[in-house]
Amino acid sequence: MIQAIVFFPLVGALIAGLLGRIIGHRTSEYITTGLLIGSAVLSWVVFAGYWFAPEAAEGAGHAEATKVVVLSWIHSGALQLDWVLRVDTLTAIMLVVVNTVSSLVHVYSIGYMADDPHRSRFFAYLSLFTFAMLMLVTADNLLQMFFGWEGVGLASYLLIGFWYRRPSANAAAMKAFVVNRVGDFGFALGIFAAFMVLGHLDFDGAFHAVPEHADATMRFLNWDAHAMTVVTLLLFMGAMGKSAQFLLHTWLPDAMAGPTPVSALIHAATMVTAGVFMVARLSPMFEASEFTMMVVMLVGAMTAFFAATVGLVQNDIKRVIAYSTCSQLGYMFVALGVGAYSVGIFHLFTHAFFKALLFLGAGSVIHAMHHEQDMRAMGGLKSKIPFTYWMMIIGTLALTGVGIPGTPLGFAGFFSKDGIIEVAYAAGESTGYIVFWALVVAAMFTSFYSWRLIHLTFHGKPREAHAAHGHDDHAHDDHGHHGSAYDNAHEAPRVMLVPLAILAVGAVLAGLVFNELFFGHAEHIEHFFQGSVVVPHELLEAAHQVPLWVKWSATLAMLLGFGAAWYMYLRDTGMPARLAATNPGLYRFLLNKWYFDELYDRIFVRPALWIGNALWKGFDDWLVDKTLTEGLGHRVKDVTARVVKLQSGYLYHYAFAMLIGIAALLTWAITAGGLL
Amino acid sequence: MIFSDHLLTVITFLPTLGALVLLLVGGKGEGADNLARWIALGVTLVTAVLSLYLWVLFDPASTEFQFVENYPWIGDSIGYRMGVDGISVLFIPLTAVLMPAVVLTSWSSITRRVKEYMIVFLILETFMIGAFATLDLAMFYVFFEGTLIPMFLIIGIWGGARRIQATYKFFFYSFTGTVLMLLAIMAMFWQAGTLDIRSLLSFRFPPEVQTWLWIGFFASFAVKMPMWPFHTWLPDAHVEAPTGGSVILAAVLLKMGGYGFIRFSISMFPDASHQFANFVFVLSIAAIIITSLVALVQTDIKKLIAYSSVAHMGFVTMGIFSGNIYGIHGAIFQMISHGIVSAALFLCVGVVYDRMHTREVSAYGGLVERMPRYAFAFMVFTMANVGLPGTSGFVGEFLTMFAVFQVNTWVAFFAAFGVILSAGYALWLYRRVIFGALTRDSLKGILDLDRREIAVLVPLVVLTILFGFYPAPILDATAASVGLVAENFANAIGAAPAAVAAAH
Repeated sequence: MIQAIVFFPLVGALIAGLLGRIIGHRTSEYITTGLLIGSAVLSWVVFAGYWFAPEAAEGAGHAEATKVVVLSWIHSGALQLDWVLRVDTLTAIMLVVVNTVSSLVHVYSIGYMADDPHRSRFFAYLSLFTFAMLMLVTADNLLQMFFGWEGVGLASYLLIGFWYRRPSANAAAMKAFVVNRVGDFGFALGIFAAFMVLGHLDFDGAFHAVPEHADATMRFLNWDAHAMTVVTLLLFMGAMGKSAQFLLHTWLPDAMAGPTPVSALIHAATMVTAGVFMVARLSPMFEASEFTMMVVMLVGAMTAFFAATVGLVQNDIKRVIAYSTCSQLGYMFVALGVGAYSVGIFHLFTHAFFKALLFLGAGSVIHAMHHEQDMRAMGGLKSKIPFTYWMMIIGTLALTGVGIPGTPLGFAGFFSKDGIIEVAYAAGESTGYIVFWALVVAAMFTSFYSWRLIHLTFHGKPREAHAAHGHDDHAHDDHGHHGSAYDNAHEAPRVMLVPLAILAVGAVLAGLVFNELFFGHAEHIEHFFQGSVVVPHELLEAAHQVPLWVKWSATLAMLLGFGAAWYMYLRDTGMPARLAATNPGLYRFLLNKWYFDELYDRIFVRPALWIGNALWKGFDDWLVDKTLTEGLGHRVKDVTARVVKLQSGYLYHYAFAMLIGIAALLTWAITAGGLL
Repeated sequence: MIFSDHLLTVITFLPTLGALVLLLVGGKGEGADNLARWIALGVTLVTAVLSLYLWVLFDPASTEFQFVENYPWIGDSIGYRMGVDGISVLFIPLTAVLMPAVVLTSWSSITRRVKEYMIVFLILETFMIGAFATLDLAMFYVFFEGTLIPMFLIIGIWGGARRIQATYKFFFYSFTGTVLMLLAIMAMFWQAGTLDIRSLLSFRFPPEVQTWLWIGFFASFAVKMPMWPFHTWLPDAHVEAPTGGSVILAAVLLKMGGYGFIRFSISMFPDASHQFANFVFVLSIAAIIITSLVALVQTDIKKLIAYSSVAHMGFVTMGIFSGNIYGIHGAIFQMISHGIVSAALFLCVGVVYDRMHTREVSAYGGLVERMPRYAFAFMVFTMANVGLPGTSGFVGEFLTMFAVFQVNTWVAFFAAFGVILSAGYALWLYRRVIFGALTRDSLKGILDLDRREIAVLVPLVVLTILFGFYPAPILDATAASVGLVAENFANAIGAAPAAVAAAH
């Protein structure tokens, strides 16, 4: 069954990719989508097995993961790596997340991409992405995980650059790949270090070896460092790249140049959570280094805060959601950093539903507005596209974490996000409290920008369409509509609305239903995860015992953000402009995303090109070729010209003369040697 | 069985036989040219099939040399000796399988002196296969050196505008290197009394002699690889060479340097190799980082790929001199993989060059619009060049970096920058050539791959992906011999300190 889940998407990708021209777009769409739905259904079957696992398994604690060997891979010396599909609870959760969202995005894309002349290619890429992601989550060794890791990177590159005519899309695609490679630089070194320290690259072998090497030191570069810290920090660098964490986040907002369903699938629900999955999967290794855990937590908190501040002022509807994603990933890393892996995975799970919902909803808005993405050109769409409006409201309620503290009532984000805030507080110590407050403030910002998005898009009066047009238009954008975009705004076809409705169900219920499994009593979590992640009993108990004001803090922050958004965008609509005018420095700092792109361009991109040029023209061409080689050559030529007057003008005559000379020499040497 | 006893001789000299047949082809004009093409294609195809048969017959479990032929020639010291082990066996199918591709890609792009062109290539094939198959150092020298002449003619006669300068440089570099190797070979003969490679492998040269011998061989192989900073002949040679020449140059000739490092430097001079390892590491790192940066700013497609070849060869030398099993295994894999991928990339450049007669990156853009098949093939090879897992480019890069990390983390740390930079230059090239809007009038009528080009590129696409997912055919065939080389190396350098201590 697991083979079917993983390889159905590959089959779909191959059919649509290689035969797309022959079988036609419509057939390709149906085949890929059908196979994906099949995968999704089977994933839920697998997941149900873990969900309703009999209590008899209790006490075993560490049930063996199911492993299916597919093919041998790299065998060299002590390195014996195979292609293996591994299924345990953590994998099952990811299977459900990936295949559910992916199949819904496939269905949605049938409507969204209906006019595109390259649809079968698009569906091939989507399925290829899904396959790579499934290989990542079913990996049984670090290298297969790396394969999936780079595979999703490739698919992401292809999909961001899907509209290849646009320079911005091409630039964004390349940026995504290269920035991810910076993370992979760390991941690769982490794999080498893990083998050096632990002697295994397969998960079980490596995890068993961890206690034995927990206090070992290794020489890395010039330092004798704590071995597990080196290993995990390097691996975490990979996670930072893939999950767009602070310093390596710059590619994610640009990645919105891809079609919107792609943003929902790859850049919200699945690929960007790969880093979170990786840390959770390797939890026994990360547990061995307190320092790494602190780094994970601080990076997460920093990202959650930073991305939320930038999200406050963005005008592109997709970019707001992109920064929100970045910020929510930060929350997940905080949970991992304090050791509450199940809670981080919980947020990953719920986030997949509501963030995919928000993105697909945004896609529906963009579709309705004929590919307008600037929120300043929207407004008052509530009456035009009511269904999308309500879906977006549900997504927003889930994202901002609406619920009643102390009761089991609330939207998905309420359980998972507030869970993270509580474990951060329960982790205690000074860093824990700083992180706690950073998350509470970020929660307020989240609520503000989410409602700002709703107000700007759906409420108020329709604003005049700006000249800036077509950030998300199809390859051909002569869509022959007249009049303003608002007048022509229309609800999307049903094929796009059904996936929204299904995701909305998840956004409402996912927290309520699964809270106990992920963030309930430690025994229940332990039982559910069956040893696939580390479960810290004391921390979870402490998180449930936090003071009441802590539980209320996130909700209050959310209400505060809601109120501010209401006041600034519905009540006193001139206020945002006034605020921006009175704080121009801060406004521009946020609008320009803390100037990271400019900074990186100055310190990395331009110097690299400059050095490349200098080395080429200066070293290769001038020093080695002109000065040394040609200089030497001229000397040789001068000498031969003077000594032997054999200037035929053809270079190869000289060369042949030399060769014959050497051959003669060789013959002499050999004969002499042979006769001696 | 008589035939398989002489299989290596047949494979090596069949192309020369083909060349002799071609000499007999008389007449001028299209008919004669076509006949020459078909004969060359037939001969190379038969050789390719035989080389695959060799691979099938090869026993991967044995560390002994196989298919051995041994006849004394000049005394006992120099002989006609042939044989392959896991180190050399795969280079023969690599060479032989690429040759039909070379003939096919030259089918319509070479119109001048077709017969001579095919003759020169067939002779070149004999030299290349001979260099890998021979077990006598004198013969190795002749084959190794012999490849210079056909290559020299190929660039000099069928090359581009600045071909004379390029051939001069190519010859000057290679020649200087091989002269030093020749001196070393003579010195080895005085020491060991034989040039039989099998005897030399078990002969133990005194460490102080090893140093000089190592330097002699290094001079030759470092130029051939080419290692930084001896690489500047390569971009020029590639740029001026016709497509077929570039393919062979990148795919096979460079590999002779890597093969030599494993067969001679590491195996025969382990003490010196150990002593010089850090030196080689520095040059390898320089190759990986510096030439990648240089590749980033190239405006000529072929030059960019040539520089990327230098960077990839940096991984090979780094892996070899890590001296452990992963490194040497990875280096061989990387060489085979690079043989496939770089050949394919140069073939891809040839495809557009034949149509547009320019290699300037800026002359292209938006090719995917008119050439989707080409875009797909080029994407696969670009990704293999980047070292994406699932393509053959990954396995070798991974194993070599993995190996060197166990020896020296600094080297692995710097080498890993290659992972980032290769993505930079390769995707930047792809973006400028394939993506974007097709706006140039000159490109509006460009045609997608024709049937002959598909026949050449599809097998390479398949191999690139196959070896990425299932590298076992290559890794298994080489494992036993690599294990032996690594074991001998470890024993030799493990024994070295004791020897030094005894001397004091």
